[in-house]
Order: sequence, then structure tokens, then C-alpha cells
Amino acid sequence: MALLVDKYRPRSLEALTYHEDLSERLKSLAQSGDFPHLLVYGPSGAGKKTRIVATLRELYGPGVEKIKIDSRVFQTTSNRKLEFNIVASVYHLEITPSDVGNFDRVVIQDLLKEVAQTQQVDQSARQRFKVVVINEADHLTRDAQAALRRTMEKYSPNMRLILLANSTANIIAPIRSRTLLVRVAAPTESDICTVLKKVGAQEGWAEAEGLNRRIAKDSARNLRRALLMFEAVHAQNEKVTDKTLVPPPDWEALVAQIADEIMAEHTPARLLQVRAKLYDLLSHCIPPTTVLKTLTFKLIPKIDDALKADVIKWSAFYEHRIRMGSVSDFRISTFSTDEVF
Amino acid sequence: MANFFNNKARAAAVAATNGASSAKGAALKESQNLQPWVEKYRPKSLNDVTAQDHTITVLQRTLQASNLPHMLFYGPPGTGKTSTILALAKELYGPEMFRTRVLELNASDERGISIVREKVKDFARMQLSNPPPLYKDRYPCPPYKIIILDEADSMTQDAQSALRRTMETYSKITRFCLICNYVTRIIDPLASRCSKFRFKMLDQGNAKMRLEDIAQNENIKLQDGAVDKLIKCSEGDLRKAITFLQSAARLVGAVKTSRSISNVNSKKRGHENDEDEDAMEVDGIDESMVTIKSIEEIAGVIPNNVIDGLLHAMQPRSKGAVYEAVAKQVTDLVADGWSATQVVTQLYQKIVYDDAISNRQKNKIVMQFSDVDKRLVDGADEHLTILDLALQISGVLAET
Ligand SMILES: Nc1ncnc2c1ncn2[C@@H]1O[C@H](COP(=O)(O)OP(=O)(O)O)[C@@H](O)[C@H]1O
Ligand SMILES: Nc1ncnc2c1ncn2[C@@H]1O[C@H](COP(=O)(O)OP(=O)(O)O)[C@@H](O)[C@H]1O
Ligand SMILES: [Mg+2]
Ligand SMILES: [Mg+2]
Repeated sequence: MALLVDKYRPRSLEALTYHEDLSERLKSLAQSGDFPHLLVYGPSGAGKKTRIVATLRELYGPGVEKIKIDSRVFQTTSNRKLEFNIVASVYHLEITPSDVGNFDRVVIQDLLKEVAQTQQVDQSARQRFKVVVINEADHLTRDAQAALRRTMEKYSPNMRLILLANSTANIIAPIRSRTLLVRVAAPTESDICTVLKKVGAQEGWAEAEGLNRRIAKDSARNLRRALLMFEAVHAQNEKVTDKTLVPPPDWEALVAQIADEIMAEHTPARLLQVRAKLYDLLSHCIPPTTVLKTLTFKLIPKIDDALKADVIKWSAFYEHRIRMGSVSDFRISTFSTDEVF
Repeated sequence: MANFFNNKARAAAVAATNGASSAKGAALKESQNLQPWVEKYRPKSLNDVTAQDHTITVLQRTLQASNLPHMLFYGPPGTGKTSTILALAKELYGPEMFRTRVLELNASDERGISIVREKVKDFARMQLSNPPPLYKDRYPCPPYKIIILDEADSMTQDAQSALRRTMETYSKITRFCLICNYVTRIIDPLASRCSKFRFKMLDQGNAKMRLEDIAQNENIKLQDGAVDKLIKCSEGDLRKAITFLQSAARLVGAVKTSRSISNVNSKKRGHENDEDEDAMEVDGIDESMVTIKSIEEIAGVIPNNVIDGLLHAMQPRSKGAVYEAVAKQVTDLVADGWSATQVVTQLYQKIVYDDAISNRQKNKIVMQFSDVDKRLVDGADEHLTILDLALQISGVLAET
């Protein structure tokens, strides 16, 4: 049984809800015959991927939906073999170079060179070029980006790139200046409600408007998250009303609990308990930044107004430390210690 | 499809998917005239290079003497370095000899110096082909080849010293042109062998003229102030400005064509859409015009009112009210996808030029900014970082 996020993912530009002007622009670009390289950025769950897949369909027709996963082996300069998955139709391919970490340059270089040098096999293809979609482009190493830059510089009529990223911050300037920047803002809460209403109706569920509004708010404008919560609520309740509780993910519930415990009692023993719980979270692969941020925003409403700016200050400080590669469990415990005293 | 690049297999797969419908596949669209404008409007001769008068005069003199030194071009991106050497080489060799006499390399090309050396060696060794009869009357065709090493400053020191030996070995039959942004990143033994040419950031006037020429040539209508906006958004980098202009034109051009198609369609269906035509012109801006707003959107510039909203939220009030207001603004900024670096840049501009803020406060605030810059470069979480910055600034503003 497909999840709602897959089942109701709009497949064409016409079917996309919200940001109508953006859909219109993408459509015009796809039809103009002058399709540029794109850098599509915006928060997770804003609908970037969905929009791009719909654009590909506009470019090539439904044939682009016939995809295969192709496993390829690349060789590094030190003769290490890398296995790498490529999602491809006859017209496009999609890669996630961050899968191979620091070896992403090899993959980018070899693969793109091949694409740039091969012509479209489908003689009746609507476009002369093939599209390469690069997921998580903001995780590309500098080396890989430099390689990408050169491919873009040597203008190839056979290839267009679509880079997907959460932020443009880690994309080097020469790439930014060679792509058309497309910002995809997260849908507003009311946009999300519209989607939920539509999906619910198609599933034949009774509508509880107040509940949908709460989900939209709790999702922090992340549509994927909202749809998952929506599905969970309906799976767990025979009948939903405006008052039905929306269960947060397990880990989030645990963070909320930690926040309560930090506030309730400021003793060394309690700190050890908190620490153990944090450790539990991290060992379940919840990214430390996510844990820290969630904890911060759970604590904020509970503390004195005068302290809020300081809590944010330390939270930002420790998050930066985590990025710099310090032991994260330790950092978060220190954070919660600072919090208390 | 075992292999994406296996043409036969793919052709078969296509035939299978497309089957009967293949006839409807439109002819491949011609992309000859869809060249990036940066290439299309690259100066063709030294005379076309603007705003680098001194450099060009000197180069023209060497051109007459036909005896080129090794050269080092340096200066910010998009100021005409690559264009200049290409134009110079063209004037020296003309179109027919260009290929055999000029080699363009990216010095930072992955496999590093060994490949560069290999290519240089092969190229330098190739016999000098003779120009066709009478050709020499038009082009000097001096008896050496030119090797262009772009992005030379991204080469390691070791690679640079290795290059020095290569330069020496082939100095009789080759001239090198190194191109870089920062001359200080070129090791002295290499730099001292070259005549240095500094490329200046283009001044407003020249950049503006260039952009207006392109717009005119492409039949692009520009809103008043659009060119200034382009220059401002591209920080003196003409390549960036031209790319922004082409993107903006693409969007209006694209919308224009698809609108007119849909208009035709609706007419066919006999709709009474007449008032549409009048609705097109709003505030003297018609749809086919490149607007300041569209340039900002393409360049990722945040609208003023959004930044003002954040600034307003940061103004001193009760602590709780400030936190609520700032947190909301920041959450929205992040959800709307604005880049944190852009937020920081624009906020900085506003605050630095705000006369209502004392110098003492500004000094404190500037410290916060430099801290935040570093964190963002390190990849810190954008949401927390901006929220922290905004709250800290707000704290400083509240001091009396
Ligand atoms: N325009 C839209 N209308 C309705 N649902 C959408 C739309 N865009 C995205 N979705 C839904 O939201 C989910 C997340 O979108 P996705 O494109 O994966 O986001 P992103 O790539 O920005 O993380 C998708 O699975 C899809 O079901
Ligand atoms: N001085 C200049 N005169 C005319 N055009 C320029 C000049 N500088 C840059 N340009 C324009 O910008 C584009 C990029 O210039 P380029 O020579 O590649 O810059 P650089 O090598 O200095 O980064 C060119 O195609 C040209 O259209
Ligand atoms: Mg995604
Ligand atoms: Mg250059």
C-alpha cells in the first residue's frame, strides 16, 4: 500500500497545487526550447522534487516516468571501486552524489562527461538534450563542484543540469552564476490545508478542518511531514474530530519529555537521566542538529522571556560545534547543563 | 536497460516505448541560436574589450611587434581576462590557424599537473603548421604557440613549480598566459617570468553600456532602473550580470510566447477575453518587460519589505514580545527558502547605513556579523544561526 506522499504526488505541472506562477514559469521554460541549467532550492518538503519531475514530464512526455535503477561501478584514482546507483529514463538520469561521500568528484566527472558526449538516442525525442538531476547538491564537495563548473562552462548542447538543494549557501559562486535560480518556498499553512482536504476527500475520509489546521501548523510548513502526520492520525483513529490528538514521531515525543525533565528538576541525577535519553536518540540515528533544535524549541515556551535569547545563543553555539565535528552527545548534554544553571 | 549509455539497447527501448506515437515527436529544436549570451557577446577583438584601456593599449602594442612575452592576467571574475586572451590569440592567428596554435587548459583540472604537463608537451611538440598563402598578410602568425592556463591560482605550489620547468623547456616555441583572480597565489618564480596585466572591476558606466547594448540587440525591454539593479546584484561581475539578464529575459520571453499561444487558443474557443489585452499593462510595466522585481528574484535578492519586517521585529520592546516577533519572522524567512547568507548580507547593509544606530552599537553588531559569517561558512544550521544573530542585534539595539 503506497503512502499518501507517493500516492497523491502530483505528476504534471497542471496538477501541482500552490505557487501557480512558478508552475507557469516552469512550463514556459520547458516549452520554450531554451531550457537553462537550474538550481532549485528551498526547505525540505516544499515540493521541489515533485515540481522537477513534473517539469521533466512537460519536457519529454510520459516516457520520462519509465525509470530503471542502474548500478554502475566507478574507479577512483586510488583504484578503489565505487558502486553507485543511477535512476534513469531514456531521457534523463538522477543521481545523489553525496551517497559516495568524498568520492563524488569521480562520479560527477565521469558520468557527466559521458552524458555530454552522447547524443539523445531517441531520434524523436522532443529535446536534443538529456537532463541530469543532482539531488542534495548542497552536499557536494568543493572538488565535485569544481568539476561540475567545468562541465557547465564547456557548453554542451546535449545536457542540462537540474540541481536540487535545501540552500544555496554551500554552492560555489561560479555554479550559482551559471544556473537559473529557482526558489521553492514551503507551502503556507493554508496551502497545506488545501492539499490535506483534497487528499482526504480522495481517500473518502471525513474532514475535520480544525485538525487539518493543527497538522499544518505542527508540520512547520513541511508538506511531506504534514501528509505523514495526516496519514498516521487517520490510521490510528476510526473517527477523527477537531480535537483528535496528532501523535508526534516517537523521537519527538522523547525530546519533549527531555525538555520537561530539564525544567522540572535541576539535579545532577536528573542530568544523568537526560544524558542517557539523549544518547538513546542519537544512537537511533536522529541527526544531532535535529535533536538540538527540537529540544531548543521545546524549551523556549517553558522558560522566562529574559532567558530566551541566551538559550538560542547557546543552542546556536553548540550546533556550530557539532558541525565542526565534536562529540555530539557530549555537546547536547553540555547545552542542557548550561540551560539549567 | 542494462546500461544507460549503451546506445543500441537504449534505441531499442525507445522504439518499444514510443512505438506508434514516434511520428508525433517534434523535430529536435535547434539550439544553435540558444547559445549563452556570455558566449554570444564575448568581445571578438581587443577593441571590443571595454574599460581595460591601459591593458589593451599595451597588448595592442605587443601585437604589432608580434613578440609576446609570457603573460599573467589577474583581476576579479567577469572583467574580461579570458575574453582578452582569446581575442588577442584570434588577432594573432586568425580563424584558420587558431586551433593548431592555441591551447586552452583549466589549470585546476582534476588529474593535476601531470596531465597538464602531458598536454602541454604534446601540444608544444606538434609541428608548426604553415599558414595558407596570403594568410600572413592578414594575420601575423608568429612562430610560436600560445598556451592558456585558466584558473591558475587553484594550482598547488608543487604544481606551479613543476609548471615552471615546463615553461622553460618549451620557451622557444610557446608563450604562456596564466589567468587568475589573486596574483598573490602564484609563486614568485612563475609570476616573475610573466608580464603582469591587472584587470579592473568594470565601472558602472561601462558595465551599463554593455548591458544596454545587449538588451537592445536582443530586443529586450527594460524597466527603468533594471540595469542598475543588475549591476548591483552582480557585484561588478559582468558575466553574472549578463547571465541574470538572459535568465530574466528568458522568463518574460517564455511567458510571453506561452501566453500568446493560450490567447490564441481561447480566441479559437470563442471566449470574450477582450479585456485581457488591457489588463496586460499595469503601472507602465507590461508583461514583456524585464522588471527590477524579476531580476531580484533571479539573483535571490530578498525584497526590501521582508528585511524591513525582520528589522522592525528586532526593535526594542518587552523581551517576550521581541522574541515572539523575531522568531516568527525568522521561521518564515527560512520556510520561504531565502538563503541565510543573503539575509545576513542585506541585514548588514541596512544596519550599517542606519543613522539611528550609534557607532558604539554598530561596532558591537559588526562583531556579531563576522562571527555569523564564519559559522555559515562552516555549515551551521541556518535557522538557529539567523535567529541567534537577530536576537543578539536586538539586544544591542535595546542598550542605551
Ligand atoms: N504542489 C503540490 N501539490 C500537492 N502535493 C505536493 C505538491 N508538491 C509536493 N507535494 C507532496 O509533498 C511531498 C513532498 O514533496 P517533495 O517534492 O518530495 O519535496 P522536497 O523535494 O522539496 O523535499 C510529495 O511526496 C508530494 O506528495
Ligand atoms: N572588459 C570587458 N569588456 C567587454 N565584455 C566583458 C568585459 N569583461 C567581461 N565581459 C563580458 O563578460 C563575459 C565574461 O568575461 P570573461 O572574459 O570570461 O571574464 P573573466 O575571464 O575575467 O572572468 C564575457 O563574455 C563578456 O561578455
Ligand atoms: Mg527531497
Ligand atoms: Mg575567465
